[in-house]
Amino acid sequence: MKKWHMIIDVAKCEDCNNCFLACKDEHIGNEWPGYTLEQPLHGHRWINIMRRERGQFPLIDVAYRPTPCMNCDQAPCIEASQGSILKRPDGIVLIDYQKAKGKKDLVKACPYGAIWWNEENQTPQKCTSCAHLLDEGWQQPRCVQACPTGCLKMILVDQEELDKIIKDENLELLHPEFNTKPNVYYKNLYRYDKCFIGGSLAYEEKGRSECASGAQVSLYKEKTKIAEVQTDAFGDFKFDRLEEKSGAYTIVIQFKTYNKITLNVNLDQSINLGVIQI
Amino acid sequence: MVFDKFVVSSTLYGLDKIMNTAAKFYPEFAQRLKEKNIVVQIRLRDKSLGRFFTFHKGRVSSKKGFHAAPDVEMIFDTLERAKKTLRLKRNMLDFVSAGKTYQIQVTGQDEDAMWFGETLNLLFMLGAKAGVDMGKGVTRYANNTNGGPVFVYVKDGKIIRITPIDFDNTDADPWVIEARGKRFSPQRRTTVSAHTLAWKSMIYSQDRLLYPMKRVDFDPQGERNCQNRGISGYERISWDEALDIVASEIRRMKVEYGPGAIMHGSGSHHTFGAIGYFTSAKNRFFNTLGATPVVSNPDSWEGWHWGAVHHWGHSSKNGGCESYSTVEDCLKHAEMVVFWSSDPEATGGVYGAHEGTIRRQWLKELGIKTVHIDPYYNHTAAFLGGKWLAPKPGSDNAIVLAIAYVWLTEGLYDKEYVAKNTIGLEAWQKHILGEDDGIPKTPEWQEKETGVPAKDLRALAREWGTKKTYLAAGGLTGFGGACRTATGADWARGMVCLMAMQGLGKPGVNMGGLQQGTPLDTRFFFPGYAEGGISGDYLNTASAVNMYQRMPHTPSINTVAQAVPRLKIPEAILDGKCEGFAKDPLTIEGQFKRIKYPAPGYSQVKMYYKYGGSHFGTMVDTNRYAAMYRSPNLEFVVNQSIWFEGEAKFADIILPACTNFERWDISEFAHCGGYILNSFNQCNHRVFILQHKCIEPLGESKSDYEIFSDLSKRLGIALPFCEGGHSELDWVKRYFEATDLAKKISWRKFLKKGYYVLPAPSEKRRDPVSYRWFAEGRPKDTPDITTLPGDYSQGYGRGLQTQSGKIEFESSSLKRFDPNDPERPPILKYRASWEGPHNKDLYTKYPIQLITPHPRYSFHTQSDGKDCTTNDIKDHRVLIDGYYYWIIRINTQDAAERGINEYDLVKVYNDRGAVICAAQLTERVAPGCAHSYEASAIYEPLGEPGKSVERGGCVNTLTPSRMMIKNSHAMAGNSCLVQIEKWQEGERCNEEMAYDN
Repeated sequence: MKKWHMIIDVAKCEDCNNCFLACKDEHIGNEWPGYTLEQPLHGHRWINIMRRERGQFPLIDVAYRPTPCMNCDQAPCIEASQGSILKRPDGIVLIDYQKAKGKKDLVKACPYGAIWWNEENQTPQKCTSCAHLLDEGWQQPRCVQACPTGCLKMILVDQEELDKIIKDENLELLHPEFNTKPNVYYKNLYRYDKCFIGGSLAYEEKGRSECASGAQVSLYKEKTKIAEVQTDAFGDFKFDRLEEKSGAYTIVIQFKTYNKITLNVNLDQSINLGVIQI
Repeated sequence: MVFDKFVVSSTLYGLDKIMNTAAKFYPEFAQRLKEKNIVVQIRLRDKSLGRFFTFHKGRVSSKKGFHAAPDVEMIFDTLERAKKTLRLKRNMLDFVSAGKTYQIQVTGQDEDAMWFGETLNLLFMLGAKAGVDMGKGVTRYANNTNGGPVFVYVKDGKIIRITPIDFDNTDADPWVIEARGKRFSPQRRTTVSAHTLAWKSMIYSQDRLLYPMKRVDFDPQGERNCQNRGISGYERISWDEALDIVASEIRRMKVEYGPGAIMHGSGSHHTFGAIGYFTSAKNRFFNTLGATPVVSNPDSWEGWHWGAVHHWGHSSKNGGCESYSTVEDCLKHAEMVVFWSSDPEATGGVYGAHEGTIRRQWLKELGIKTVHIDPYYNHTAAFLGGKWLAPKPGSDNAIVLAIAYVWLTEGLYDKEYVAKNTIGLEAWQKHILGEDDGIPKTPEWQEKETGVPAKDLRALAREWGTKKTYLAAGGLTGFGGACRTATGADWARGMVCLMAMQGLGKPGVNMGGLQQGTPLDTRFFFPGYAEGGISGDYLNTASAVNMYQRMPHTPSINTVAQAVPRLKIPEAILDGKCEGFAKDPLTIEGQFKRIKYPAPGYSQVKMYYKYGGSHFGTMVDTNRYAAMYRSPNLEFVVNQSIWFEGEAKFADIILPACTNFERWDISEFAHCGGYILNSFNQCNHRVFILQHKCIEPLGESKSDYEIFSDLSKRLGIALPFCEGGHSELDWVKRYFEATDLAKKISWRKFLKKGYYVLPAPSEKRRDPVSYRWFAEGRPKDTPDITTLPGDYSQGYGRGLQTQSGKIEFESSSLKRFDPNDPERPPILKYRASWEGPHNKDLYTKYPIQLITPHPRYSFHTQSDGKDCTTNDIKDHRVLIDGYYYWIIRINTQDAAERGINEYDLVKVYNDRGAVICAAQLTERVAPGCAHSYEASAIYEPLGEPGKSVERGGCVNTLTPSRMMIKNSHAMAGNSCLVQIEKWQEGERCNEEMAYDN
């Protein structure tokens, strides 16, 4: 049985908001009978782009995470809906807006915050994966069509194909701990939910400060070396994919024949250690 | 002769029958015939042949002979002329020539004569089908926007969706570039910018102007209450009343004050389309009328125009560069790309949507290094990664000099290229090494100016000096926020000088960040809007070089030799005089021409006819404009606008214009032409669009052309303006036929489908790479029509536009103009920003350097405000207590010092104004620097306009109006000192706030 799945590559999202506005274009002022009522002009984020800035000036990066309805297989909203939210055989979860009328609690039922309340119509609403278009033969929902970077993809595949893609592309779920069996998969999610330790190495030569390029920088966690990188032309290094608040790390720096430098870092959020003078 | 007479007689005999039959089949034509009851006489001048047509209650009848008192007469000089003109397929050159030589004359009231002309033209258009039937009552139309072309789905006269264009299987395949063992090819579709996807919400915006309006306390016969502009409300009036007032005021201006009293102006852009663009319909109207134009500063180029031109020429490109086949060259050969004040991911170059995005992803895929120099960690930097250097705003010129210092002292430049292709490095070297002023421009020296660590500067210079490097200076070469600082001309000059040291044009060494230079067919003729459209304005557009000889049409020439520099409009009105410099792109010396207002013998401006509401959001120190509007020196202000916003609220009469989705037009994706020749090569495909009239104009709004057409009838200038009754669709067809497109697709097919994709040229037909000819010492082989022949020193196509034909480190043109100009000496010298850390007193008072780049989610003021969907974009505006506030991005440290938290409301202020913004706390700017996009569409002073706190987000009320350099007409909005503090709830607007004139 083929089902729809969305794949979102966080490394390819640049917050252009084409998905967000395409969704609004499709749903504001248009009712799609059997699928959804009109989206209100303001306030709803059926695909919600979250921003994460990491590090401190000037060693930083920024990532964005688009968040649509996860079309969960074990959707808490369906469980809470008393039959007013249904899962279609193709995997898409739809709210029956007539049956769901007045059920404001359903907004809270979604752990991903993907359900929105329509004050005017007194109904919960959410991303429909543009099922009204897919059912007419469109190959992709509006958000995916408008995405210029290839960040968003919508695929209709069976479980076997999906498993292969998950493995090949190293996909993961957002908040697997919610145990809702989402049908939206993420790539490069670490850019959003993991941390880095970065810094810039400098040394003195002929009385001038120079970037220490090509230095060996090693990262230790409890005496185990977990990563090693070389500084770039600007003397910068970065260890990524570390857990938030993951505690003590040791960094060992070896540059040319200079003495080794050892630094202890306590990781809370992503950190720029600044200029480290060798 | 006898035969000719038979042909003409029988054509005339049949004409009324054809019209009556057409009315039976086409309701729109039946409707048309019902509009007027008039008699039209068609005859030869010598009265040897004639027939008159009586239009009565929707029927037409005709009679041989001559009517005693016809309403309209169409008079042919000869039988042959009549025969040629009355045929179904008219030769337009023949038609226009006949009009110019009085072989055809039309008499009668303009209203009636134009009605007859339009009716005849309509007859030829009947039966043409526009749009593709998608079933279930949905028609798919096409249109174009400032952020890319679109499909428009319409049902029951209402737009249901606007999408980018996915090509069908009959459309051409794209090009393929092979580089470093990989094949790269774009997708078969067009992309759009975010603001394009907001269009539906803008069309149906609650802020749409649906009826003509009059300010309630404006009485053209009595009290005008000019001081209440921007304060008083409006009342709905009829089109007749509105047009009567505007027409009679125009007449009054001409009779009472004489030529020059009427001024007209617009924003820098418009809704897309070659017919409706301001360079087209508006120029044609005001040239026909005779009026004082507002001359724009080159607001996106600034420093390039006033600076870079003097080192490498390219005056026709406002100092920008050639950009041919650089995408392929960059992917094949470059080892690094330096993005300097360059954020194409935010701006899409200009009109370029997200076409360049995929190409920059290829850069990443190939592992080509990137460096980003920008006070803001911009979206291109965030997307691509790479090293970020954040100079203090306006200090980029110090980086330039220090890079050159490293290259000179470490021998990291192309000595052979410099010897062969440049002059004057010796003179520049003296300044860089400090031999002239005792200050070597070392990396350590620049650190004090820029805040960029000396070690990072040295590393950059060495990387650049040893790697084949592309320089992306600005989102599009010739743009960039750094070119709009107090030292913008210096920065742009520096960009040219640095590339000259590295061998501009050699493989892998060129300009651009993959935003321009795709391998498209540049030899296929289809002009952009800057080629003047239907204006016939061959003096102020690029019509003369491109459009005029391709589309036969009558020229339009403004008889008023007076102009007002846009940045000085307030001074022109309030002080009655001002000066500036021209933006004449034909030659380098064009910019040395002084403009003096008022011009000798002309009236001062007493009336302003303005398009839309963008001055407040996009010019500088814009509270000045509010003061100007409220001055009695401006006796009459009319604003022709789509939305009720900005300065539209300062007009006496508002004329509601419709959007481009409600009128006919024609255009190409991202093609402006003119000053950005072949600008379509930002795109992955050349896509031509028949811009359908997708829906009827909302309310009583009308297209710009129709408004001008209506006015021209009242003013007695309809015949020259409409060229005998041409509707917009008639013009679209004429335009289409003037281009090479007519050889590729039939009019009927184009009208139906709405777009055409031009096949990419074969690999062997691709253009040579920009400047390769120059680097290799050959005559120019790129398809670039400028430099004009007279500006070459060594013969046509040999060398650059500069006096030496080479890149000049020491500029000949500046030596000739004023070798002692301290702001613009012949060699680039260091000059600190005149509004920045060096202004000790001001900097103490206002310690934050505010930059205001071109916005990301709106196209200037288009797509901002209007209660449209961009309001909900988190990084565009923020909803606080029911109001969508503009965002200012400040460093967390600066915020902490001021007790400011994320999305607190803050007051951003200096002596020029105060704006309430929502604070976004970020590490994307250095401490001491803040970032807020320019171009708020909303101007909402809390008290007296021009003198009170503003909460719409018009940060350009804070920026300086000082010219970048004295000898220019250039703004420097990115050199702006402010203070930021928490906005105190209930703080009263300060009526006494200093107004810095």
